[in-house]
This record gives sequence, C-alpha cells and structure tokens, in this order.
Amino acid sequence: MADSTVVLRPPLIDGNKTFAQVTDDVCRGMEGKPTPLWWASFLTAFAVLLLGAAAVAYLVTTGIGTWGANRTVGWAFDITNFVFWIGIGHAGTLISAVLFLLRQRWRTSVNRAAEAMTLFAVMCAGLFPVIHLGRPWMAYWIFPYPNTRGPLWVNYRSPLVWDAFAISTYFTISLVFWYVGLIPDLATVRDRATEGLKKKLSGIFSLGWNGSTRTWSRYEVVYLLLAGLATPLVLSVHTIVSWDFATSVIPGWHTTIFPPYFVAGAIFSGLAMVLTLMLVARKTMRLEEYITIRHVEVMCKLIIATSGMVGLAYATEFVTALYSGNPYEQFAFLNRAFGPWGWAYGIMVSCNVIIPQLLWSKRIRTNIAIVFIISIFVNIGMWFERFVIIVTSLHRDYLPSSWADYRPTPIEIAILAGTFGLFFSCFLLFCRFLPVIAMAEVKGVLNEGREPAHGHGHAEAAGKRAGLPAPTGALEGARG
Amino acid sequence: MNRRMIVASFATEEDILGVTRAAHADGLKIVDVYAPYAVHGLDTAMGMKRSRLAWVCFAAGMIGAILKLWFEFWTAGVDWPVNVGGKPWNSLPAYVPVTFEVMVLSAGLVTVFVFLVISKLKPGKSPVLLAEGITNDTFVLAIEQEDATFDPVRVRKLLERFNVRSISERYGEEVS
Repeated sequence: MADSTVVLRPPLIDGNKTFAQVTDDVCRGMEGKPTPLWWASFLTAFAVLLLGAAAVAYLVTTGIGTWGANRTVGWAFDITNFVFWIGIGHAGTLISAVLFLLRQRWRTSVNRAAEAMTLFAVMCAGLFPVIHLGRPWMAYWIFPYPNTRGPLWVNYRSPLVWDAFAISTYFTISLVFWYVGLIPDLATVRDRATEGLKKKLSGIFSLGWNGSTRTWSRYEVVYLLLAGLATPLVLSVHTIVSWDFATSVIPGWHTTIFPPYFVAGAIFSGLAMVLTLMLVARKTMRLEEYITIRHVEVMCKLIIATSGMVGLAYATEFVTALYSGNPYEQFAFLNRAFGPWGWAYGIMVSCNVIIPQLLWSKRIRTNIAIVFIISIFVNIGMWFERFVIIVTSLHRDYLPSSWADYRPTPIEIAILAGTFGLFFSCFLLFCRFLPVIAMAEVKGVLNEGREPAHGHGHAEAAGKRAGLPAPTGALEGARG
Repeated sequence: MNRRMIVASFATEEDILGVTRAAHADGLKIVDVYAPYAVHGLDTAMGMKRSRLAWVCFAAGMIGAILKLWFEFWTAGVDWPVNVGGKPWNSLPAYVPVTFEVMVLSAGLVTVFVFLVISKLKPGKSPVLLAEGITNDTFVLAIEQEDATFDPVRVRKLLERFNVRSISERYGEEVS
C-alpha cells in the first residue's frame, strides 16, 4: 500500500482514543457520586463565598466608609479587583475565539473550561462597580430607559457608561458563545442519561439536537461568526476599561499606551489563571490525556509572549514619563517605583516580567509543579499591577498637603476573598454538572477515522510519545 | 409527510464522507447525514450550499449600530441635551464605543436566534434520532427511496463498499 500515504497531524489527544472513549472519559466526571475532594473544595469555596456575602451585606447596610479609600485615594481596592477579574475573564474568549480564527486546534481541549472561567470571572468583576455605587439597587440607572425623571438619559460621553455597555455585552456574548458550544455536548449527555432530572434538564437545554449535517453546517458558520464578533469585542472591553483611567487627567493614568497595555495584561493574567485551573483539573479529573504536556507548553509560550508585551509596556510608560518634560508625570512614575509603594512595584515587575522568563527553558515548561507555581506568581503579579496603577497614581497628587496613604480594611479583603469563593464555587459546580471538555470538538481533532484502513499500528506508536509533536505525519506504519 | 427511507450507519469519518459523496454523485436523494461532530466537507459532499447566515449577522449588526447611534444623538442632543464640560452636543467620537458594543450584541444575538429558528431547535423539543449513538460515535446516512428509479440492490452495494455497519428501513418520519 505504498500509494496510500496520507500526512496525518501529530495527535493532539494522547491514548489513541476512540469516539466512544472520549464520551466516556468526559462524562465520567459528571456521573456517579462526587468525590470527597470535590466536596471538600466546594464547601471551602462556598464558605469563603458566604464570608464575602456577609462583608457585602455589612458594606451595603453601613456604607462605603467601611473601606480604606479616602478623599485622595478615591479608587483603590474595589477598582483594582474589578480590573483584575475582568482581565482574567479575557483568556476564555481569547482561547475560544482568537485561537479558533487562527486555526489552533489544540484549543479544543481547554476552550470549554476557559470560557466557563471567563463567565465566572466577569460575574466577579461586575460585582465591584455595583457595590461601589453605595446604593447597588440603583445600578440599572446606568442603562438608558424611559424613566420618570425627565426622561433623563445617560451621558454617552462618559467612559463609565461605555464600561457598563462593554461588560454587559461581553458577558452576554460570552454566555451565548459558551452555550452554543455546549448544545451538541448536552445532546450527548441527554442520550447517555438514564435518571430523571438530568435527562430532563439536558433534554430541555440541548434543544432537540440530533446531529443533522444540515444543522452542523449552519452551526459551524454561526460559531465562526461568533468568534469573529468576539475577537474585536475582547479587545474593546479591556480598551474601554483602560479608558476609565486614560480619559482622566491624572499623571500615571493619562497615557495613550493604556489600551494595548491593558489588553496585553488582561490576556496575560487570564492565561495564567487558565493554566492554574487546567493543571488542577487535569490532575483531579484524570484528564491528562486530553490536556497534555503539549497543551501546557503551548500555554507557557503564550505566557512568555504576553509577559514580554507587558514588560515592554512597563518600560515604555516609564521612559515616556521621564522623557515627557512634565514634572508631575515624572514624579508619578518615580514615586511609583521608588516611593512608599515601591515594594508593590517590585512585586509587579518580578512576578510579571522576570519570573515568567524561566519558561523559556523546555525543562521548566514540562515540569507541571514549577509551571503551576509560576502561574500563581503571575496571578499575584497581575493583581499588584492594577493596584500599583490605581493607588500609586492617586496617593500623592498635585498638592502635597492632600497626600494620603491607603490601607485596605478587613471588609475590603473579605470582599476580595468572597469573589474568589464565588469564582471557585461556580467553577466546581461547572466541573461537576457540565462536560468540561468540548467532546464534539475533541472528536473532530482525533485521528480516528482519518487513517488508511490498513494502518492501525501507527497511531498507537504516535500516542506513546506522550504528546510530543511527531515530526511528520505519523504514518510510517501505514506504508507496509 | 410519508416517505420511505434507508438508514445506514457507519463507524468512521472516512466512510461517511465517501458514501455521502458516492450517493450524491449517484443521484440518490439524501435526506440528511448525521454525525457526532462537525465533519469537514460533509455538507458539500451532500450538496449543501453555503449558509447565508453571515448576511443575517451583517444586517443585524448594521441595523443595531445605526439605531444605537441615532438613539445616542437623539438622547444627548435632542431630547434632553446636557452640557458636559462644554462639549458639543454631537460628540460623535464619544459615541463610538457604545455603538460598537451594541453592534456586536445585536449581531451575535440575532445570528444565534435565526440559527435556532431555521434549524428548528427549541428548548424541550424531543429529538428525532435515526440511530443509537449519533451523539456518541455513529455516523448515519439517510436516503429517501424514490419510486421509479430506486434500485435497492444497487444502493445496498454502494453502502457496503464503505463498510456499512447496519442498514434499516424507516417509514413516514419527520426528520430534522
């Protein structure tokens, strides 16, 4: 059969899986009783969520005075957390939309969980501007609707209005994108389910999906269109978040570098969070054959790239400030790096620019434990980046008599912790009740069914290479 | 709708692509092909034209953007103009971000809604599955038996050329 040489891609999924095995492996986590580990994690996360809820209740009933923010540092912890979470929420759409448009087929193993993570992170982010209002029950005033006050409309020249539109659009489109991706998998769950409630719910939400190619064909077009819409959307959202700062006249905020700087930082932090969660999920849910070492490596390379962009932005804004000839601008940056919050600046630079450079080494990239630790460092560093940008630009303003310090109160810390509780509670529920890996997409990247009928030996051989890219199509076995 | 169908199931992507191409080339009337995932090229193999949903998306985005832009001008410049820092009533650049967001929102939501309507997908609809395991690992080709020209023996031979796993006949069912 010398003429039957076909070039196959190196396998993206290890273990030479069949279609039915993929279904079994992914659905296994949703069937049977949850493990004690799941219960322990969920109850911990939920307890932290309740702590945060109590702190928010105290905040709302008592007032914004329970925060450490003051007249000089008017924005601090709350907005830091908002930008932090919204940044984390960017990687999901990057992976599902941008990598889809770039034909990066490895994304199929991680896109579902990354999109879910996006939704939960945006939920956490949305909480902060709302509680910052002081009277959160009036949050809907940000949207223009016919009201009895005139009607008085919103000010479309305000970046805060842009922000509300951007984030609610982002959440809605991400949710739709995620759900559309889920429909075929929900049908698989429906057809496997035997018990009542699961069968019923998956039956309702799978919309009568029957695998028809007429539907699949349109579905692919819809998916492509949504990816095309979500890609500029993801760039616009963090651009608009950065405009919250850049359109002000505060030294340290009023710069044109902010939109690309914020977008790069958002993708960087989001990838780190995806990596953190993926490493935990592959271990605890036994998905090592789906989220292979090759996936981890690719994510690490993306982290190096975005870390470089973020580092370039740090250097650029510093040089621009020093070169500006504007003493206030120069002071803002010197104060940022060497003032009382210099240690926070140091954490930011070392976690975001220096530590990720370790990932250039293949030995480190393939060492799961070290990659996990680095991803945690990046998460910490990116939180500090937002803190540094917000607090150090404000705490020493034009008038030395109004300089002030800032300390977060326990209430603020409890609210931050509570959002982590919310995030992990949602993520654990997702892992338990929905397919964490997009089965219908993973089946599309398997080599099964694409091999010549006579060459059954080769795929096993390629699969045993532990996911390292086989140099050319692993087809030698078929030539015999 | 009362029609007779031949329902044949296959195990691999290669077989279903091959049999669909062959059946289409043979002039058989393909009711539909069912697959557990989106098989590339299967839609063209069964003679489907490219979907026009992209135009729906484009139109919805344009309409949403134009309406929103008009609304911004109307609220900020006509219905209740508010002087914000002496800026002009018609601050077009400042209206761009919200217009863009609304464009994306309307394009995305309308596209998905239209997709669900034309594909006849709706919450709680009970699916018509022609074979077991379509959402797991089975590929199914459904061919309509037309009266005069249909030759069951020849069709069976064609199916067997592509490692058919099972063949059954169905009557008068509403599919897709």
